[in-house]
Amino acid sequence: MECGKETKAASLTFSNIVTSRLGGETITSCYQCGTCASSCPVAKLTDKFNPREVIKLSLFGEKEEVLSGDSIWLCCSCYNCQERCPQKVEIADIIYALRNIAFEEGYIPNIYSEFASAILNSGRIVPVSKFIEKKRPDLGLPPLQSAGVDAIRKILCATGFDKLQQRKEEGS
Amino acid sequence: MRSYALFLGCTIPARQPNYELSARKSLAKLGIELVDLPNMTCCAPPPIQSINLEASLSIAAYNICVAEEADLNVVTLCTGCFESLAMANAMLKDNEKLKARVNRILSNAGKEFKGSKEVKHYLQVLMDDVGVERIKQNIFKPLSNLKIASFSGCHLLRPSELLKFDDPERPRIFDDLIEALGAKSINYRNKLKCCGGLLRGYADDIALNIAREKIVNTTKAGADCIATLCPFCFIALDMGQLMIRSKLHEEYNMPVLHYSELLSLALGIDQKELALVFHKIKVDKVLNKIS
Repeated sequence: MECGKETKAASLTFSNIVTSRLGGETITSCYQCGTCASSCPVAKLTDKFNPREVIKLSLFGEKEEVLSGDSIWLCCSCYNCQERCPQKVEIADIIYALRNIAFEEGYIPNIYSEFASAILNSGRIVPVSKFIEKKRPDLGLPPLQSAGVDAIRKILCATGFDKLQQRKEEGS
Repeated sequence: MRSYALFLGCTIPARQPNYELSARKSLAKLGIELVDLPNMTCCAPPPIQSINLEASLSIAAYNICVAEEADLNVVTLCTGCFESLAMANAMLKDNEKLKARVNRILSNAGKEFKGSKEVKHYLQVLMDDVGVERIKQNIFKPLSNLKIASFSGCHLLRPSELLKFDDPERPRIFDDLIEALGAKSINYRNKLKCCGGLLRGYADDIALNIAREKIVNTTKAGADCIATLCPFCFIALDMGQLMIRSKLHEEYNMPVLHYSELLSLALGIDQKELALVFHKIKVDKVLNKIS
């Protein structure tokens, strides 16, 4: 029974961590009915992602499996599951919370690292090229207003976002 | 004339001048003034929310603060921007503790979120400030020969508890606004299902298959074109068809137009002013049906 105790302790720890995070608050209300999985456009196409499974593994304390795997990054954020959950579990938001934890633990997909660099450098995740900016008057568009890059950097520093990104850059 | 702070976002100025032009021209024609404020930034959409929700909420709140200081409500064109900003606005207006937490962060940038303004998608502005009847009165070229497959995108409707836009399972607003142009808004299989756009760059094959389903279903339903409201849905479905052609060897040539482009054409704005050349799938079939 020692083994059982350990599992229970681990599960409490990880689900407590998730519950304490922005977006993760509702995870313990899940009763595994599977409405989420049957509403998910991604789960219909691949067995690599199943929202019910992500919640179950998180509740069982399988932290490493959840954070290091492909699964949490395959949610397309359509909110269908969250809209239909009979228990009001905020599934899409829980997946954001899990991704936030994964990021802190150094599991950072390259594409997300690129988004982070772009927003830190230009205040936009899709920077506007000089070419297209110059074309605006010819197209009949007003000049593009400057982005609040300084302000966004200050906000990102205050939340530790910039450090998450630096760690990725050092590691790669 | 009603005035709004225009939140332009990143993807529209970077990739879709056709969206921006048609939105500016059609809204101006219907008496809506868009004010361009300096120092707005990215809205902090899902990719940034995935990295840090607290930072994302703060960035969204920062942008609302810029509009609050100018004493203007916010209008977005992009559905993704609408979701980020409207969700943050609703969450912070409703939760004093969260608001205090975000305001502590915003103080570093000299801002304070007050919660004094609304965030609207331009479709809401059309519905609430202009109204279906006034749009109908302004139609110069009715789109009566067109069968249009509307696709609102996920983040206009969901999470409905925060966005409060329309019924998330049986929405009507977008279809009503399409029919206001004289067109027929048609039904098709899995109309409310995602475009897969947010998986592009991480799981391209899954993203493409989700987009393909939408193209197949709208084709089977006999649509002349798909109408979109979101630059990401537009890329997934318009440029997506080039990827479907090269990777899956299937050809559909389903034109994809933003609603603002259809509205502009119906209002009689010259197509030459709309930079339709930015469409990957040619829209000539649609133009030919508008007399």
